Amino acid sequence: MTSHVKIRLASERVNHSVTTNNDLPRFYTPGEVVTGMEDFMRGHGTYAVDDSLKAAVAGVMQKVNKLICIRPRKNRYVGEIGDVIVGRVLEVQQRRWKVDTNSRLDSVLQLSAVNLPGGELRRRSAEDEQMMRKHLQEGDLISAEVQSVFSDGSLSLHTRSLKYGKLGQGILIKVFPSYIKRRKNHFHHLPCGISVIIGNNGYIWITPAGQTNVVEGDDDEMAAVELQTVSRSDRDTMARVRNCIMALAASKMMLDDTSIMFAYEESLKYDDVKDLLDPEAMLDVAFLTQHRINYVVEE
Amino acid sequence: MPGPDLLSSQGLRLDGRRPNELRRIQCKLGVFTQPDGSAYLEQGNTKVLAAVYGPHQAAKSKSLQDSVVVNCQYSMATFSTGERKNRPRGDRKSQEMSMHLRQALMAAIKTELYPRSQIDIYVEVLQADGGAYCTSVNAATLALIDAGIPIKAYVIACTASLAWKDGEPEPLVDVSHVEEAAGGVVLTVASMPSTGAIGLIEMSHRLHMDYFDTVLSRAMQGCKDIEVILDKVVREHLAEGWTKSDDAITI
Repeated sequence: MTSHVKIRLASERVNHSVTTNNDLPRFYTPGEVVTGMEDFMRGHGTYAVDDSLKAAVAGVMQKVNKLICIRPRKNRYVGEIGDVIVGRVLEVQQRRWKVDTNSRLDSVLQLSAVNLPGGELRRRSAEDEQMMRKHLQEGDLISAEVQSVFSDGSLSLHTRSLKYGKLGQGILIKVFPSYIKRRKNHFHHLPCGISVIIGNNGYIWITPAGQTNVVEGDDDEMAAVELQTVSRSDRDTMARVRNCIMALAASKMMLDDTSIMFAYEESLKYDDVKDLLDPEAMLDVAFLTQHRINYVVEE
Repeated sequence: MPGPDLLSSQGLRLDGRRPNELRRIQCKLGVFTQPDGSAYLEQGNTKVLAAVYGPHQAAKSKSLQDSVVVNCQYSMATFSTGERKNRPRGDRKSQEMSMHLRQALMAAIKTELYPRSQIDIYVEVLQADGGAYCTSVNAATLALIDAGIPIKAYVIACTASLAWKDGEPEPLVDVSHVEEAAGGVVLTVASMPSTGAIGLIEMSHRLHMDYFDTVLSRAMQGCKDIEVILDKVVREHLAEGWTKSDDAITI
């Protein structure tokens, strides 16, 4: 079997940076004094010594009235109520699931916060506690919404909407959560016949548009959708979208439906999807996308 | 106390440096995509990779209610020294190095912010040419910054030694392997130069008390110099990843 393998010298590596503007903000680094005045409030990424406020992370300053925060370029996902997330079930416990959401602590999905398949109402019985593993197993992927944040920072999730629930066939991509742009809607049906769920936690789910992620029906119907074959062309498109997202992430660009769609359109000049894995092609796609975004912003 | 001849008659060291001159430093942040933070650092011929995972959920047995668990692992590559040798991770030397790394970094990490969590720091020495511990600490600091983990200040480690020139003591900064092997004293200091706090201090041989202060101040000066270089790199790294579409507008 012959395969296309390219090993590059370190000196030939591509710099993925697409930064164009020169008006950089002021950056702070750990230990740097942010302000010497006492009448400011200490926010995230800062700490107080004597009467001065110092930065604890490397990033830019955000100021809300008297509250000063330093936001790092990347960190773990910090959940907020209402965020859409994609997560993986780690553990089945008493009346709850533990879910990995790329945050600091594992998130919790309570049995009382899910809609059971078939839309039937839950009877609070020992029986449905025993049925939990049938519903969601270890390793299953789910989409959910953040319901509340506990005092220690861990998240409580819910799937009480038809939008959320177990995910079927598709591709999962993990990027740094800071690359995700917060939007009103994180479920997108792209014109190319692909649905994406851009989780606020940096997990992105790509699935063919025909496959709605939530199946309202009994177990047999669910199993049928699970096993449905995805056509070759759909898989090609999904792979293309995935490579486009990876290209944008490599160039540290913000991800939302617009940037993904632009990148997809720019990528169409590469006929073969696997060509998009070349660093030069990735940079090219990211650069053209950035250019189009800048153009739209200026309009 | 006639030590080994580490300084030439012109006052230059074995590799041509002046006594207060550091080795060349080159580094890069964010070298991996899988970990939360990573860094690659070269100090002369000493080359180190560091990766940081976390903060993430700590294992139940280790989890602390009021602070974060810091887990360090120091390992050396088979090809890192002149003699090719398989180095198992759990051996005494690397265990000791891991402990020292942890001690230095714990001094800076704001551990109280992340209860029930854990931070994993993996350091791999690719080439050891003296000062492997120092380079590891510096690389781990960069990786922590890349991961966005709050630290009080840069933790920088540096070594210093003592040589004799015309019968006068002359401290040397950033000791290389040749100078280490020559048998002089090596003082290792891990400190936070911006506050002056010392996280770890270690000395390899005996040294007369009269000379200790000069050697220590030379090592601290070395830490300060390294901090300036690393700070510049961190700023460049931040600027590189800056795009216009960023929503870092103040609310």
